[in-house]
Amino acid sequence: MILVLVEGEAAPAEVSLEAVTLARRLAGGLGLPLEAVAYDAGAAEGLGAHGVSRVHVVRDERLGDYAPEAWAEGVVEVVRRRGASIVVASGSDRGQELLAHAAAQLDAPFAANCVEVRAGDPLELVRQRWGGSLLEEARLSGPVKLLTLVPRVLAAEPAAEGVDLVVEELRPELRDEHLRVRVARHEEPEPGKVLLTDAKVVVGGGRGVGSAEGFGSLEELANLLGGAVGGSRVVTNLGWRSHADQIGQTGARIAPRLYIACGISGAIQHMVGCRGAKRILAINTDRHAPMVARADYAVIGDVQEIVPALVAELRR
Amino acid sequence: MLNILVCVKRVPETGARITLTADEQAIDTTHLGFTISPHEECAVEEAIRLAAAHGGTTRVLTLGPAGAVEQLQNALAMGIEEATLLETDGGDWGPQATAAAIAEAARARAEPFDLLLFGNESADNGNYQVAVRVAAALGLPCVTGIKGIEVVEGGLVARREAGGGWEIFELPLPAVVSVREGINLPRYPSLPGRLRAKKAEIERVTPSRRSDGLEKVRLVVPAEDGRPVEILGEGPTAAARVVDVLRELGLVAS
Repeated sequence: MILVLVEGEAAPAEVSLEAVTLARRLAGGLGLPLEAVAYDAGAAEGLGAHGVSRVHVVRDERLGDYAPEAWAEGVVEVVRRRGASIVVASGSDRGQELLAHAAAQLDAPFAANCVEVRAGDPLELVRQRWGGSLLEEARLSGPVKLLTLVPRVLAAEPAAEGVDLVVEELRPELRDEHLRVRVARHEEPEPGKVLLTDAKVVVGGGRGVGSAEGFGSLEELANLLGGAVGGSRVVTNLGWRSHADQIGQTGARIAPRLYIACGISGAIQHMVGCRGAKRILAINTDRHAPMVARADYAVIGDVQEIVPALVAELRR
Repeated sequence: MLNILVCVKRVPETGARITLTADEQAIDTTHLGFTISPHEECAVEEAIRLAAAHGGTTRVLTLGPAGAVEQLQNALAMGIEEATLLETDGGDWGPQATAAAIAEAARARAEPFDLLLFGNESADNGNYQVAVRVAAALGLPCVTGIKGIEVVEGGLVARREAGGGWEIFELPLPAVVSVREGINLPRYPSLPGRLRAKKAEIERVTPSRRSDGLEKVRLVVPAEDGRPVEILGEGPTAAARVVDVLRELGLVAS
């Protein structure tokens, strides 16, 4: 049996349906049934159309909010009781964390951030290193194998033929130690703030902006375009911007319609964060900067002169 | 009092382009420097701050080649007190083997650690699991991806970003926590710190290597999409042309 972890409350999360799509292809290739584990009955909604024959919904009165070890124990119990040979999840924060816990408990190998997986034993796969700037071809072997799929590399699609879905409650045998770590409360996002990850236009600044004050004109430009301001790792390390604004491998992964990269050279660390942009406009003094080579449009010159001119032009 | 172990990894400073060795097994580092992987540099800073605020000891550990002494010295120069090198002959160790070696080294110490800090994932291999496996091997609670730690009576409060807001975790000590860059801004080592680090004795241990179910076959640099760049102009006079492009893209009203 192949097991897929499905996140979501009222409905399955889109990134989990991508994982279901991959898991169903593996199940087809290996001639195995496909089952799912979920933490809310809503996440089971419509999974039959995606080829899932059985969903195990984890239940326990002590389980309120997210508790990584307890949730992972749900995966471990389904694997043991139903004999799963492969476990698939999305490479979301929770997907990575839960499969890491399950893999540790099962003493099984876990390949994070796969982009391609071929059915077979061992599994032959391609996974991301360096945030996707480098790919690793690897083999995953063992009686149970776990893997996560990089979000948004594979489109979720329903099965050619749906199957009848059985939804079952799963009551894992939780010990106190599974409940040692839990979410005690949440803090909601600031209302009205445009998140970098959701913005349709992002204006990013690098060392070429020159100072924290230099970001003033980038803010103006972002406001005029209804966008958000971000920065490279250099500027967050210099303290010109808060780390929450960092675009890069150790910051936000953005996916705007346009990314305006101001005075950013284009190191791998940064390109990992802006690869999802539909179009890139680079503003840089150096025509040969890697960022210029990877952009769709470029203006050659000093950010400090060009961005204010652009703001003035937009206000005309 | 907190006895803290912080685990780091030596990774190359890649710059703008990755070049592989001829056998496609590694990055060609002939012309590259090395650094502590970014999330882990923040783990080092956090260890120093927590020990300063609550008292206790700090030790940095890495599994890697002899050259990784450089990264241990960087951590010592920042203010960590002691260092351990689990010395390998180079090459990648998979996450199962790495975690087993770290857990063994932690278990071998007479004085147990109260807190083990890791980076959420290494910049290079990005396996997202070593901290969790070490925690499981030691029977300790674990939380990952943390951007804020507060020591409270009997345990920790740890903050993780989620959808623009925060999830606030509570967990008892001893514990394993993996952190993300942004939890703090790491300090630059002082000159006296650097001098002290050069002279510090580094404990060297030869770790035993268990088998790993994840096995690298080869590395591949992904092809660039090769779209040509359109130069819109030079200097401030290019602004009008940029606005035309913004109109074409439907980002400003025409």
